[in-house]
Amino acid sequence: MQAPSPSLIADNLACRRGERLLFRRLSFRLEAGAACHVTGANGAGKTTLIRAVAGLTTPYAGEVRRTGALALLDERTGLDPDLPVGRALAFWSGLDGSADAAAIMARLRLEALAEVPVRYLSTGQKKRAALARVLGQAAPVWLLDEPLSGLDTASQALVSTLVREHCASGGIALIASHQPLDVPGMTAFAIEDFAPAEQEEDA
Amino acid sequence: MIAALLRRDLAQFFPFTGSGAALPVVFFVAVAMLFPFAVGPDANLLAKTGGGVVWIAALLAAILPLEKLVARDIELGFFDQLRLRGMAEEAMMAVRLLAHWLSFGPPLVLATFPAAALLKIEGETFRILMLGLIVGTPGLAAIGLMIAALTASLRAGAALSGLLLIPLALPILIFGAGALARQDQVSLGFVAAISLALVALAPFAAGAAIRAAREN
Repeated sequence: MQAPSPSLIADNLACRRGERLLFRRLSFRLEAGAACHVTGANGAGKTTLIRAVAGLTTPYAGEVRRTGALALLDERTGLDPDLPVGRALAFWSGLDGSADAAAIMARLRLEALAEVPVRYLSTGQKKRAALARVLGQAAPVWLLDEPLSGLDTASQALVSTLVREHCASGGIALIASHQPLDVPGMTAFAIEDFAPAEQEEDA
Repeated sequence: MIAALLRRDLAQFFPFTGSGAALPVVFFVAVAMLFPFAVGPDANLLAKTGGGVVWIAALLAAILPLEKLVARDIELGFFDQLRLRGMAEEAMMAVRLLAHWLSFGPPLVLATFPAAALLKIEGETFRILMLGLIVGTPGLAAIGLMIAALTASLRAGAALSGLLLIPLALPILIFGAGALARQDQVSLGFVAAISLALVALAPFAAGAAIRAAREN
């Protein structure tokens, strides 16, 4: 889509939640076509990392450098609960100028739900609708926070396929999930490896 | 992008299309309707006090939409998604301010026709009341937006926003209702000036507030 090839670089990142330091000295470098899986227990700081990388919060230390537009999937759909799925997605596809909204909805098996208000959707259906929003954005950098939670087996496999296709076409994906994904060549790290040692935390 | 957002915000907040957004106007007319029952049908007394009642009703009606104004879209991650598309929080809040005002200002001004008839407000008083509401409601909307953004991440935010709006809206009320008592237009100038300052300030204050709300 744009000329420079996408990249996502975290340099010596540290983040806090409240008074507690969640992780520090976290660095990674993702170039075009790379997928990276962040693992960690609940509360370890995966979401905090994703939000800091997205630029929505300011990290305690370090910095994030990014080339290319960004799409974020998290537990919040960003879709108006009172609107039918089709119209709620149409708002974002209108902003993003995506032409293939119908194809994306078919891909995520949302056609039958197009007239159903978002608030009536189940957890997994909401997640699929949010995925449709991410796909429509056609951004080279994907940040997926728990993309598999609430999804059935078929949809989980679909997420892996979508990530594979995204990376094969030169995209970058940073995925925070405690569940496994089937993406060949994906790197992984555990966020706990960057947690401060006990004595450091006390200091 | 701005136009698309404004369309969406208007659909959310405009009376009869949005979710129960007609409530402030209904409330406003209800106050005007109840007042003559409470003080009796003395036309002189009504004409003398009615203008002030309309102002109080307008102020209280401005509180009603605040609960949903900002907090819901923060919970939805709506502002986050706009931010990722490069839109500044200030721009989001400026659009929200316009949509909020359009959804309660003009309907309130229209509802003043039946309200004024019920309260026997006529002639010059009616003209000053209308002018006052036209220039005063943007200020009320701006105060409301700032408060809604500031209290969005608080659990008791909705109850708090009503309490906060009342003292902050006092200057508009004093000059707006004062213009009626003295039948002068200078006070209306003050109302307009206060409104302008608030409208200019609100997008920045509210934008900073929703940015700050992300950090916790």
